[in-house]
Amino acid sequence: MEETMRGMNERIKKLRQQSEAAVPKLSMERALLITEAYEKYSGRVSIPVLRALAFKHILENKTICINEGELIVGERGSEPQAAPTYPELCCHTLEDMDIMNSREKIFFRVTEEDKRLQEEKVIPYWNGKSIRDFLFNSMSDDWKECYKAGIFTEFMEQRAPGHTVADDKIYKKGFLNFKEDIQEQIEKLDFNKDTSAYEKHEELKAMLICADAIVCFAKRHSEGAMELAASEKDEARKSELIRIAEICTRVPEYAPETFWEALQSYWFVHLGVITELNTWDAFCPGRLDQHLYPFYKKELEEGTLTREEAKELLECFWVKFNNLPAPPKVGITLQESGTYTDFANINIGGMKPDGSDGVNEVSYLLLEVIDEMRLLQPSSNIQLSRKNPDSFIIKAAEVIRKGWGQPSIFNADAVVEELLRQGKSLEDARCGGNSGCVETGAFGKEAFILTGYFNLTKVLEITLNNGVDPRTGRQLGLATGDALSFSDFNELFGAFKRQLNYFIDIKIKGNNIIEKLYASYMPSPFLSIVIDDCIKKGKDYNSGGARYNTTYIQGVGIGTITDSLATIKHHVFDQKSITMEQLLSALKDNFEGQEVMRQRLMNKTPRYGNDDDYADDIMRMVFDTFYDEVNGRKTMRDGTYRINMLPTTCHVYFGSVIGATPEGRKAGTPLSEGISPVQGMDRFGPTAVIKSASKMDHLRTGGTLLNQKLSPQLLKDEEGLRKLAALVRAYFKLDGHHIQFNVLDAATLMKAQKNPEQFKGLIVRVAGYSDYFNNLNKGLQDEIIARTEHRDF
Amino acid sequence: MKGKVFNIQRYSVNDGEGIRTSVFLKGCPLDCWWCHNPESKKGIRELVYYSSKCIGCGECISSCANGAVSLIDGKLVLNKNLCRMELNCERCCPTGAIEVVGREMTVQEVLAEVEKDRIFFEESKGGVTFSGGEPLMQPEFLKELLSVAQKRGLHTAVDTSGYAPWDIILDIAQYTDLFLYDIKLMRDDLHYKYTGVSNSIILDNLKKLAKIHNNIQVRVPLIPGINNDEQSITELCEFLQTEGIKKVSLLPYHSTGTDKYSRLGETYRLYGLAALSDIELQRALAMAKSFGLDAKIGG
Repeated sequence: MEETMRGMNERIKKLRQQSEAAVPKLSMERALLITEAYEKYSGRVSIPVLRALAFKHILENKTICINEGELIVGERGSEPQAAPTYPELCCHTLEDMDIMNSREKIFFRVTEEDKRLQEEKVIPYWNGKSIRDFLFNSMSDDWKECYKAGIFTEFMEQRAPGHTVADDKIYKKGFLNFKEDIQEQIEKLDFNKDTSAYEKHEELKAMLICADAIVCFAKRHSEGAMELAASEKDEARKSELIRIAEICTRVPEYAPETFWEALQSYWFVHLGVITELNTWDAFCPGRLDQHLYPFYKKELEEGTLTREEAKELLECFWVKFNNLPAPPKVGITLQESGTYTDFANINIGGMKPDGSDGVNEVSYLLLEVIDEMRLLQPSSNIQLSRKNPDSFIIKAAEVIRKGWGQPSIFNADAVVEELLRQGKSLEDARCGGNSGCVETGAFGKEAFILTGYFNLTKVLEITLNNGVDPRTGRQLGLATGDALSFSDFNELFGAFKRQLNYFIDIKIKGNNIIEKLYASYMPSPFLSIVIDDCIKKGKDYNSGGARYNTTYIQGVGIGTITDSLATIKHHVFDQKSITMEQLLSALKDNFEGQEVMRQRLMNKTPRYGNDDDYADDIMRMVFDTFYDEVNGRKTMRDGTYRINMLPTTCHVYFGSVIGATPEGRKAGTPLSEGISPVQGMDRFGPTAVIKSASKMDHLRTGGTLLNQKLSPQLLKDEEGLRKLAALVRAYFKLDGHHIQFNVLDAATLMKAQKNPEQFKGLIVRVAGYSDYFNNLNKGLQDEIIARTEHRDF
Repeated sequence: MKGKVFNIQRYSVNDGEGIRTSVFLKGCPLDCWWCHNPESKKGIRELVYYSSKCIGCGECISSCANGAVSLIDGKLVLNKNLCRMELNCERCCPTGAIEVVGREMTVQEVLAEVEKDRIFFEESKGGVTFSGGEPLMQPEFLKELLSVAQKRGLHTAVDTSGYAPWDIILDIAQYTDLFLYDIKLMRDDLHYKYTGVSNSIILDNLKKLAKIHNNIQVRVPLIPGINNDEQSITELCEFLQTEGIKKVSLLPYHSTGTDKYSRLGETYRLYGLAALSDIELQRALAMAKSFGLDAKIGG
């Protein structure tokens, strides 16, 4: 704790504590305001204009919150940790609200008054009219069955498409300038020749309304700050409030001129985006170090800003992110993303638009801020290019070794290649990066929308049951043949391929309808202002207005399905040590009374994560099949379908709908996460895992996620950090996309001691050798736990 | 050519520079009380038993035609007199609780395993370390491994006790980029007591080696009550000073071997010995430095 607080000044300590101590709760304000606006305007104006007027109504009337001591102002809710709802997308029932209030994890406190308002004002208007209702009513029975069975999830069923990130334009232009750009496009419209001129006009008109709305919102903060200043006794705070008031009259109407203004301007845009709709992955400033550097450099030279002041402003900025929990989720969406985190992910380092080393002084300052703040939000990553100096990754590794998992590390060169492969220009690719968990995108210019997780292992389970979901007994898939009739592995894999094709078709057909629903009924004219080329095209972000449009399906559980297939290939077809019949019967019984068989399948099979081609080749087959099935299909937004490989918390949900699997996993337990090996089955250390993982062609994805756990012992000194850096550099040479490290502390080791099954892959440095923690006797474990506790990182 | 290998450890980060793969050769002429790799001592294949992994299923008992395996209180007991190392128990053990230590491997097989991590060596200035046991016990095999590895551009290290005829060391020195040379005690009677052999060959070889090789890292396992006293450290440092050897690592004792001894069904002579405190370690380090040595704690 002491370590956490070191470096922060009193103001930041207080703000941080307030943010951490505030209890997540529901804020009804937005729901009421949007209902009022829809009651007033719906049916009288075009849909984009309706959305814009509703946005304006919210920003003109919502509570202005300026917290004590803060320097960056603006909350999405009425106060920190107060989360609004979006009844136009998902109108919560009173039961939903009770569950939100009472659930043990990821709760939101709901008052009786909230429920009364929901019942009297919100539900009567939105019931049966939200996108969620519309969406489920538009889906086929097949789709609904698959959704219910856990074959895939659907991102847009209660949250809007977002997954996009700001570029540098908001630091160069104010909304006054954007309005000029919009006006110019309106004037160019040719109603005599352009058959879409009306749609464009309405969209552009909506953008103008939104631009005015955000400026109005800023000015209301200016007035609020002036009011507070008038009654403020403390002279120092009084002058800060006056400064805040001045800043809020300038940005985001005009382009920011100072470091402080730049942060405040971004923050208003951020609030605008996440107030307009509850976009997945909130919004994100992207390459923050590069955007801020010109302001930082200029002000430091002019003597109007010190490094310490810049850091304080950044830390205030950090707290603002942490004040905003992801809006309340319910049902399967909660299960696939069971977290308060809203996934704003700050990118640091990488390269400049001209391709040169992008690391600057602000990059290091941000690493310091991350280290000091130790907050869950915003998330952070370094974009590591071969052009970046080692000192940069070493500095990041010093933060990583503190063991709380930030920042993660991305391969900036691979990210550029991924984007180029998808047809982006070189400059747009270099200005891109990663958002959310690991998703690649061209910042400020691309809608890269994730549409749902896909349960690869469930498809295998259904294949082994001739199209039947054994959990429900329903025929969900095709009848691809009785598994007992497969004469070799290729026959089995062929059947899997056909099933996969069948289920992907269902998922994509659903996606294509959902994309149209959002394009038709939920445009986001405010977001469209800041994403190229929506203004130029007069087209909304949700209708394909962005320069690049990509739609993703996320593969989950590649480790589990690989090991399952490897087990069948090895034991049933190659060694013939068991028959398919014996295996299927054991799976059906959840290995009840078959522990010896389960252990043998688990421990005596070549498994993914050990640099063993037998298993890794199967991983590649699965990956290639998934890729071929999805990649390149066309979307309704004139974009392209692509894949990425990440799970958030969906590997737990997907595991819960699958029975026992051939590699020894028991029914209902989690699948492997990301592209990491099955938990505990990587037995030859991190280099072997990296070699296995890099046999996947990461460049053909829009992101992969590799988690590694390391003992703090391995990073105890400078040499350890250098070795970590070398490990990462080698992975990136092999085109690895992303890696993140868990550096474990004594508490975790103690947990490992109690639940060894879950910590099979944990490596500890013992003395002159390394060993798996589970291989050590209790005495030795105790000794290592004791040693670790005394580390003073 | 084949040799006996008992383990190949990837991401080995304390046996020389950078990220390395350590190849442990089986067989050792010394019998150090504190040895943390007891499975390396015998030059033959052995069975190791991890009781924590054993589920007491008894598959091993029925698999052994010689009746060498029995279960007592759910734990395996191996009668070494009856065991003919047919290894059926290891093959049929579903959990991997029974492991064979010691594999016959060719030079090509070993290096194929080592090559898997070449990209990490190159990135970190690491390489391959041949350790043991005592790698010099298999001189022809070691020489072949070293020369082929070096020819392929791998950085080579040998971790040795130095207890071998000088000719053998001389023979491999040209293929060895780094020697990790272990010294335990200067007083020969104590050395004999705790390791089972005299140190005269060891010290003699080190003197000669220092004259023909310029990259020697001396490694001293610091064992409480055995060689961490002022006199022992002073004697050792004086010797290194005289021979012009600068680099020395002090390896703090840990009771890590205990576990492995029980896996082998053997007893550990230093059972219960506590690790050194930080203060004691720092004192030893300061002493070594006072002799002008480039000393550090740890590999």
